[in-house]
Amino acid sequence: MNIFGLFDGLIGMQGSLALNILIIIVKIAVVVGITMLHVAYATYFERKVIGHMQVRLGPMRVGPHGILQPIADGIKLFFKEDIVPDGADKPVFKIAPIIPVFAALSSLAVIPFFEGFVIADINIGLLYILAMSSLGAYGIVMSGWSSNSKYSFLGGLRSSAQVISYEIAIGLSLVGVMIMAGSLSLNDIVKAQQQHWHGMYLIPQFIAYFVFLVAAFAETNRAPFDLPEAESELVAGYFVEYSGMRFALFYAAEYMGMIIMSSIAVVCFWGGWTMPPVITNAVPAIKMVPGIVWFVGKVYFHIFLYYWIRATLPRYRYDQLMALGWKVLIPLALANIVVTAIVKFMS
Amino acid sequence: MNIPFPDLRPVTPEIIMTLSATALLILELIFKNKGVLAFIGILAAAAVMYIMPASMGETFGGMFISDSYSIFFKFIFIINLILTILISLRYIQRQKAEYGEYYSLLLFATAGMMLMASAKDLIILYLGLELMALSTYILAGIKRHDVKSNEAAIKYFLLGGFSSALLLYGISLLYGMTTTTDIYKIAEHLKATGVTTTLLLSMILIAVAFLFKIAAAPFHMWAPDVYEGAPTSITAFMSVGPKAAGFAVIGRVFYTAFQNIQTDWTTILIGIAILTMAVGNILAIVQTNIKRMLAYSSIAHAGYILLGIIAGTTEGLNAMMTYLFIYAFMNIGAFAIVIILDRGEELSDYEGLAKNRPLVAALMLVFMFSLTGIPPTAGFIAKFNLFTAVIKAGYTWLVIIAVMFSAISAYYYLRVVMNMYMKEMKQEAAIHLSPSLSLAILITVLMVLIIGIMPSMVIG
Amino acid sequence: MLSKLFFGYFAVIMVALSLLVITRRNPVHSVLWMLVLFFHIAGLYLFLNAEFLAAVQVILYAGAILVLFLFVIMMLNIKVEITAERFIGEWPIGVALGLSILMLIYFTTSKLIQGPAGQFSIEAIKAETHTKALGKVLYTEYLFPFEIASLILLIAIVGAIVLAKKRG
Repeated sequence: MNIFGLFDGLIGMQGSLALNILIIIVKIAVVVGITMLHVAYATYFERKVIGHMQVRLGPMRVGPHGILQPIADGIKLFFKEDIVPDGADKPVFKIAPIIPVFAALSSLAVIPFFEGFVIADINIGLLYILAMSSLGAYGIVMSGWSSNSKYSFLGGLRSSAQVISYEIAIGLSLVGVMIMAGSLSLNDIVKAQQQHWHGMYLIPQFIAYFVFLVAAFAETNRAPFDLPEAESELVAGYFVEYSGMRFALFYAAEYMGMIIMSSIAVVCFWGGWTMPPVITNAVPAIKMVPGIVWFVGKVYFHIFLYYWIRATLPRYRYDQLMALGWKVLIPLALANIVVTAIVKFMS
Repeated sequence: MNIPFPDLRPVTPEIIMTLSATALLILELIFKNKGVLAFIGILAAAAVMYIMPASMGETFGGMFISDSYSIFFKFIFIINLILTILISLRYIQRQKAEYGEYYSLLLFATAGMMLMASAKDLIILYLGLELMALSTYILAGIKRHDVKSNEAAIKYFLLGGFSSALLLYGISLLYGMTTTTDIYKIAEHLKATGVTTTLLLSMILIAVAFLFKIAAAPFHMWAPDVYEGAPTSITAFMSVGPKAAGFAVIGRVFYTAFQNIQTDWTTILIGIAILTMAVGNILAIVQTNIKRMLAYSSIAHAGYILLGIIAGTTEGLNAMMTYLFIYAFMNIGAFAIVIILDRGEELSDYEGLAKNRPLVAALMLVFMFSLTGIPPTAGFIAKFNLFTAVIKAGYTWLVIIAVMFSAISAYYYLRVVMNMYMKEMKQEAAIHLSPSLSLAILITVLMVLIIGIMPSMVIG
Repeated sequence: MLSKLFFGYFAVIMVALSLLVITRRNPVHSVLWMLVLFFHIAGLYLFLNAEFLAAVQVILYAGAILVLFLFVIMMLNIKVEITAERFIGEWPIGVALGLSILMLIYFTTSKLIQGPAGQFSIEAIKAETHTKALGKVLYTEYLFPFEIASLILLIAIVGAIVLAKKRG
């Protein structure tokens, strides 16, 4: 469906207009609610997983095994004072944290979680997500600049350069998938993968998947590419001057970014909510399992990957990061596009 | 879906040009000796020249046309390219600007000009113009540690961008009136609709953009600064190539698309031509820097050449093309002499040159005579041919004005000659001679003299 | 009716935003207003059923070009910029010039005509999707300009490197 078609549809059906809007609002509420819950518990599991990897226990105090820790954190941040530095550019400073959250939440609108469940199935879904993720850089740049602090500024500069560079790699890596699926709609991409026995573009597009994964880590400012917030050098990078709820927004945006990047990886490379035909044909009973289970499971795996790599790899140096992006990932992605296009043209 | 593959034969020259330009970018990594790149560039140009006569035809759905008109202009561009490569080989080394990209950009700029000359669609015309302009902006600023070169690049870039915007605006109005960008279809449409203010506005906007490229007054402001700041080899390149390309598109667009408002644009161009000749010739007198002087001289020449367009006849158009052909040799020749001298940018540097370097002085004399239009040089033939055509078209008074300005121009051209032959030498003039530069000077001086003596070679 | 309302909204807001862009003293604020303006342009594209262009508008202009603008402007000394003399001392002349051009455009655009409808009606685009339709036109009918445009971009990259890169 066309974006504007969605709009037409809303207006066209005068009788059921209210109902339509209601359904959409409910869908949005469900998706946002569940995502926020995931964001909260992603922080908890990050601390737990990394803790165990480093032979620690992680949070243990609040509730059994610290299970209520994120809620305690959330309440604390919510009631903390919202400090705006004296020399800050106030309007920009205040708007900055909202932008990444807004961009991340908007991206959720086009992700198909399971068969038929997507808030807006638009035919340029992938481009839409790229557009939204490209806006994330504004939050970083604006907060870095408006805080009137050198740490923030350096973090902002580093991060914006990094995010812009790796956005190219992300976009290019997805082109291979677009070529194979012949569509930009995430729904169609999932369905196109079912045409193959393996049911996942992970196999023919392994280069693209590698590039995407690395670039996604950089795009979300996660280790080993977490230079913008390198705590040992810049304290917390671009959002060092933030406190209370606004700080929490940046934090939430980062985790939402992780979830969205994982979802894209799952949709574009792991067959979304489906299982490979080779498995479903062998064991038809698997078809009985609802798609959301597979989708969520695959997303959890990717999020675990984020933690795993953070606990394993040291941080890159800045010039190494740029060299990797421009001299390795982008050429790889370009080569992948050429090869994919030739293969598609030949068959 | 079955897509018919476009006929590539008419575009082969352009394809060879761009492929070699791209190859040069990569070959720069392999060859440390940049002379090899220059040689490859010349080879590519020669190949293009060889293949060009066989490339007649239309392709890409009528967007691109290769006809005798465009091929003639392409010859000028290729000659310009070859001569520029020859004169820049050692020069850019001296200027510490010897990057492999230099040659690549020259080739790209030439490809842009070729596309302009062959454009049958305004979109191609615009893109060709941008390709040419962008490459020349960079070339003008290629001496990156030189403030004047930077100034030249940035001035050229800003004003060039502005003129491109006007061109696009004019094109968009034209598209709005005719719903097509094909130059010939536009002409058909406009014949049916007749003259409107919108048409005039669009014509003026397009004219301004083109006149900027040929550095006609009052859109000449950039030329002296850019010509002075850019490396001299690039100045030579810019004073011929983009100018000829500008005239090529003026000829094509005005003679076809704007056919039914010929009286209107002729009136405007007459004013522009007179102003251009006046500004170029009068301001050239007060210059002390020879590159600035040659910049004003090139403005003045743009004024003369415009007369060929104004004439509105095939003869006028032919005379214009001949003029540009000859102008390429004499102008690049003059710049080659500026390059050969170690210090040759100021007029005072030429004092007493004849005693010190009689051959260099004699060569400069030939080029200055030719630029003035004194027989038996090619410059005379060019002017004579052009003025005859314009008189035949009925603009005798315009030719009288042009001849008057020509006479004024003798003052500043011959001042160089006077400096060389009649003034006392202040210091020994050092020269930088290289085989390629000698070859370039040999070609230009021979052409200037041979055409001057045997004009039948190019006329007719 | 509704579509007119929407267009009216976009038109008015876009003019207002453009004014904000050129009147802010702080260049960072100008860029941020421009960002909002770009979103409205994308909205206008959506309005025309050109969702591919809308997405590209956001990705390229808002997401890449404007961020780089901001990147450069951030490095300026904003405090000096804010108090610095503007180049707009002769603004009455500018306004007069702008208004006269506006009048000229107004009178000339009334002469523009509507071309014959092509093969891409709204229905055709909806059936084929905008992306596909655009791709087909771009790679067949407009292949030649497309290729030249790619050369121009190549030159731009080469130029940036030639002019900016350190040489040993």
